[in-house]
Amino acid sequence: MIRSELIQKITDENPHLYQRDVERIVNTVFEEVTNAMSRGDRVELRGFGAFSVKKREARVGRNPRTGETVQVEEKYVPFFKTGKLLRDRLNGK
Amino acid sequence: MGEKTLTRMDLSEAVFREMGLSRNESAQLVESMLEHMSDALVKGEQVKISSFGTFSVREKSARVGRNPKTGEEVPIQPRRVLTFRPSHLMKDRVAAGNKS
Repeated sequence: MIRSELIQKITDENPHLYQRDVERIVNTVFEEVTNAMSRGDRVELRGFGAFSVKKREARVGRNPRTGETVQVEEKYVPFFKTGKLLRDRLNGK
Repeated sequence: MGEKTLTRMDLSEAVFREMGLSRNESAQLVESMLEHMSDALVKGEQVKISSFGTFSVREKSARVGRNPKTGEEVPIQPRRVLTFRPSHLMKDRVAAGNKS
């Protein structure tokens, strides 16, 4: 499923909304999640999962092509943990 | 860094502000998005949201695990797990926003 298919499904269920409105709604939701994480906030969606930000410490890395060592600075990366309900549903429970 | 936790309510509030739909309808639309995504994943489909990220289902085979507290061996059944791979755009924005 891609973004446009998700928009289509929601448009089909809501005949009173224009597709371009559903597009804005879907974009707003994903945008809100990304914005929250870029502020360092978490987004917890019970049953689905939680988006959070994890810190990766600075480390000495290696360029796999040249073998050269490089200093990698600390950075913050997005992280998703699956919710219990969805995890159970994936396993037919 | 923020450390605040947003919930469904904050997402539907954002839809309410952006679209001017009722709070109730905004909440239902957020819920419906999550349901469609979950249903696709349960069917084993990938959910690929451009400029956000990709959710995929991976099959894990059975293995022998260990209770880290007691050291006891426990069988782990084959199972399906969900992984999320953030897009480059999301990675860049999260890295830039949290720079110390």
